[in-house]
Amino acid sequence: MIYLDANATEPLRPEARDAALATMETGGNPSSVHQAGRAARKILEAARERVADLTHARPADVVFCAGATEANALAIHALGAGRSVLIGATEHDAIRAAAPHALPLPVHPNGQVDLVALQAHLTAHPGALVCLMAANNETGVLHDIESAAKLCAEAGALLHVDAVQAVGRCNQDWLALGAASFALSGHKFGGPPGAGALVTRPYLEIKALIRGGGQELGRRGGTPALPAIAGLAAALGKPYFAGQIAAWRDEIEAFCVTQGAVSVGAGAPRLPNTLCLALPGVRADIQLITLDMAGICVSSGSACSSGKVTASHVLLAMGLGDLAGQAIRVSLPWNAEAAMVLKFKAAYEAMARRALRSAPQSA
Amino acid sequence: MKVVVAMSGGVDSSVVAGLMAREGHEVIGVTLQLYDHGAAVGRKGACCAGQDIHDAKRVADRLGIAHYVIDSETRFKDSVISAFADAYAQGETPVPCIACNQHLKFGDLLEMAKGLGADALATGHYVRRLEGPNGAEMHKAVDETRDQSWFLFATTQEQLDFCRFPLGAYASKAEVRVVAAEMGLAVAEKADSQDICFVPSGTYVGIVEKLRPDALEEGEVVSEDGRVLGTHQGIARYTIGQAKRLPDKAAHMVVKSIEPGTKRIVVGPRGTQSRIIRLRDVNWLTASEELRASVKLRARDSLRAATIRPDGQGAMLELEEPALAAPGQAAVFYEGSRILGGGFII
Repeated sequence: MIYLDANATEPLRPEARDAALATMETGGNPSSVHQAGRAARKILEAARERVADLTHARPADVVFCAGATEANALAIHALGAGRSVLIGATEHDAIRAAAPHALPLPVHPNGQVDLVALQAHLTAHPGALVCLMAANNETGVLHDIESAAKLCAEAGALLHVDAVQAVGRCNQDWLALGAASFALSGHKFGGPPGAGALVTRPYLEIKALIRGGGQELGRRGGTPALPAIAGLAAALGKPYFAGQIAAWRDEIEAFCVTQGAVSVGAGAPRLPNTLCLALPGVRADIQLITLDMAGICVSSGSACSSGKVTASHVLLAMGLGDLAGQAIRVSLPWNAEAAMVLKFKAAYEAMARRALRSAPQSA
Repeated sequence: MKVVVAMSGGVDSSVVAGLMAREGHEVIGVTLQLYDHGAAVGRKGACCAGQDIHDAKRVADRLGIAHYVIDSETRFKDSVISAFADAYAQGETPVPCIACNQHLKFGDLLEMAKGLGADALATGHYVRRLEGPNGAEMHKAVDETRDQSWFLFATTQEQLDFCRFPLGAYASKAEVRVVAAEMGLAVAEKADSQDICFVPSGTYVGIVEKLRPDALEEGEVVSEDGRVLGTHQGIARYTIGQAKRLPDKAAHMVVKSIEPGTKRIVVGPRGTQSRIIRLRDVNWLTASEELRASVKLRARDSLRAATIRPDGQGAMLELEEPALAAPGQAAVFYEGSRILGGGFII
């Protein structure tokens, strides 16, 4: 099996596995007053300090939760109250569903947010909450967070960054750039699934979405998923060979283009590991099945939880029309190897050749 | 063999997947997502897929086979649901399952299976495919109460050659359920699906009203000599031979014809029926030439002796005894248990 679907979930890093297993052995609930509770609490707070340290935040401004979907929902709930909400047109459903009444911000054909449109929207809605993703999950395209943050600051607006695909691959100091908060999720950088965090600028008040027993200083109720949190902290900041991964990504891209593929977002700054390939005239679901049968795991960014694949809203927003239903996402994992690249190229070539053969001949 | 199995999430197609896997084939389960389940049951926010896709996935997991969901919503809407509403607006009584088999299961899905390099497509239909001297033949299911051959008449010879219908050989549905239980499939006791899958509430009028409101406008009920006997609430509510929902003055009469242009329902006494029936879009599973056969004019009708004469893409049917035929329904030709072809009644 060749796993090239890291944007769905990264393979577990050994350090994260060790930390999670050790925490399971330790047991205990961080809220308990006895020694078992103290042991658990020590793990929780050490994880918080590590996350804060690596993301240039204060430990007190790290709120652990179940993942980025929850972290994004928490940010919109806490920061969006009483404000207009503006979101990028290519945001993930974690943002779109949490802000159903938000105004969409258009993107350029290369996938980057239209800053002129952002400025115009901010003039109309000065105190807005703006939500932008650091990196797009389907194309890897990076928004210009620095410029967007400046515009937000000038308008007195708050900026929340969904950094779930960028953390560990393309880190930026989002708080220093001017973001009020950002979301991350452990399993997107090699931690176990089940833990994420909302990280905020100092002293930002976060009103809980789930109140429960007042954990996380009253900002997120519920017993924390300590093994997953320990794994998250252990995975964060581990070496990531962005240069090598980008070189392999570029090799795949160049090859697939010679086979007839269109590389989506190729002109924009991108994550090192992500490639969005449209094969004109071939449905994305057929591509996924064909590659799966060849032992290659890739995805289409638009698959619903049932596995149904439809046209991607991200690619539609980029103006791709029919190609939006004919694109797959290749995302290399942190532990990618050269052999994976060769096998993917061979499988893609076979698929593209067959598609070319069976394509209806135009008159 | 590499076999694609059309899996609906019900017991029949689940058993087919199990049988194919048991025979040692490489099995690829595919479920066609035909319509938005959440929208169909009117529950906002319900998953687009619903229980059936979940069940199909669980069965595939149990059998250890690959399973994929194919989005066929647009195709289903255009070639089945809209065609269904349009047929009612034209005064016909459509059979959406035939259109679905024709365009989606043995059309798109079969082409997809070929594209994936499969050697066959297997489905849970109750019908038999037997090897004959001139290629595959379609025969009625052993269990005649379950037989679905009438709904499959439009399957072409080329499609039939590629298909497998293992359930046609089973003596009863109870036997199929026993096999499902033996295989440890959670769907063994699942209830049978309803008549029209995209009308979960059981009334098709709502769908027609949304897509073709003109088919539900009030009109006149008239006698065959043109006397107005009353009004009706839309031609889509009627089919040829229907006695229900007619005004008092038309009591003991039946619908003789439906006129979409004038929105008139013409009624007359029971008994006057026709011997000549014209068919369109005839599919032949034997040589296309004049023949004597038994024909079935509705899904649950008895067989009637007839002579069939090909006529271009259509055919002329001459019944020995007159009968009522509803435009839009199928006339399917049988010789013993074998299906020789069929067409749509004009």
